[in-house]
Amino acid sequence: MKPLIALGALSCALSFAVSAETLRFATDASYPPFSKQAANGQMTGFDPDIAQALCKAMKATCEVLPQDFDGIIPALNAKKFDAVIASMNITDERKKAVDFSDRYYNMPSRLVGKAGATVNDAWFKGKKIGVLRSSIQEKYARDHWTKLGASIVSYGKAPESFLDLKAGRVDASFVDAAVGDTDLLKTPNGKGYAFVGSEYNEAKYFGNGAGIAVRKGDKALLDRINKALKEIRADGSYTAVQKKYFSFDIYGK
Amino acid sequence: MIDFALIAEKMPSFLGGTDGAPVMSTTDGLLMTLELLAMSLVLGLALSVPLALGRVSKNKWIARPVWLFTYVFRGTPMLVQLFIIYYGLSQFDWVRQSWAWDYLQSAYVCAILAFTLNTSAYTTEIIAGQIRNTHWGEIEAAKAVGMGRWLMMRRIVIPSALRRALPAYSNEVIMMLQGTSIAGLVTLADLTGVARRVYADTYQPFEPFLVAGAFYLALTVLFVWLFKRAEKRWLAFLGPRKA
Repeated sequence: MKPLIALGALSCALSFAVSAETLRFATDASYPPFSKQAANGQMTGFDPDIAQALCKAMKATCEVLPQDFDGIIPALNAKKFDAVIASMNITDERKKAVDFSDRYYNMPSRLVGKAGATVNDAWFKGKKIGVLRSSIQEKYARDHWTKLGASIVSYGKAPESFLDLKAGRVDASFVDAAVGDTDLLKTPNGKGYAFVGSEYNEAKYFGNGAGIAVRKGDKALLDRINKALKEIRADGSYTAVQKKYFSFDIYGK
Repeated sequence: MIDFALIAEKMPSFLGGTDGAPVMSTTDGLLMTLELLAMSLVLGLALSVPLALGRVSKNKWIARPVWLFTYVFRGTPMLVQLFIIYYGLSQFDWVRQSWAWDYLQSAYVCAILAFTLNTSAYTTEIIAGQIRNTHWGEIEAAKAVGMGRWLMMRRIVIPSALRRALPAYSNEVIMMLQGTSIAGLVTLADLTGVARRVYADTYQPFEPFLVAGAFYLALTVLFVWLFKRAEKRWLAFLGPRKA
């Protein structure tokens, strides 16, 4: 009889574990204001906060883990976590590797450089442009600006490219506009720098905004995330998170 | 399991042919690793012979600073040294306005500087150890034929110490080869840097790092063989007598 009881207890424990489910979200370790690791190791920022709001709507517990951006898709596919909320734009290229939720925000990408620079095709000749490795900005920059004579310098973390911009090792950084604004231009380091040139949002490269990625075929989780996204858009929790970090609407049209 | 088509497609990237460019059209990959290694080993060795003499000097005003140098550079990880030189120094305005900035601006120079200082610290200790190990008979013989201090150093002690340092130095060379793999963290495209780029492009971690690993392994085999030959030639006098 005893093994049966033990088995019963085990199955009870298992079903309990399922009901108090923990979802693991990964985010870029350093992409302010979207994500930033606080001194205590906790992830803070727009992306982790949206993840928490989604989990609340899905009635699950959320764990948000930091991960360097260039390894985030392989790590998702290796089941290190269940979903990625890392300001990742929905592109066809990435759709081959993962499935995306509906978008949760949409921001253009912009060049940050010395204030007053006039950016046209001729400007790129001989210039060094810093980008985040594996980002849509890197892809766009390599495809368009290398042939104009620019060299593209890839970094593992966005703030490193700002350090090198300040040091004069690169002439401009190509980043999500919100990141350039919060992490450089609004800081004391941003003095003398500004957005230069136009906004970049060509759909082929930049997709239609950023989405939450899950493993290919994980339709159950994807449907729940999409449903939760609609809920937090409707009940105001999205707006509450947005207000913490932005003074304007980043969801886009 | 292993995607050989991917390996074949991306192989040119490791040999300086990124994005369909012809092989060896850039220094990315293998060439960058070899350049970083060769430059830092040559400069490091050149620095470490005089430093080793300083290290064994009886004058403590010479010996102490050298001791401090090897202590600090052997006591901290090379990655930390590289970050301090590349990201750390660039934060000071006076560094950026000095003549040194022309050089420190480049990630390549920063990497070679960090690697050179690191390897010269280890090599200094290797050579200094062998200088101390010099057989008393050699020194006595040199004195007996009337050699002065510097002549004895130049003709007897240093050549003999360098020969005996070979086995330990071959280890240092191989450690440095693996050590250059951190160059990718300051934007350089060495073998590991290229592997990371391929990994980021294809979302496949296994194949690119496997290829990079194979390159390092092949280079290690080559270096071990070269040092074996060198030891056979220059350390023969320490071997057992042939009948």
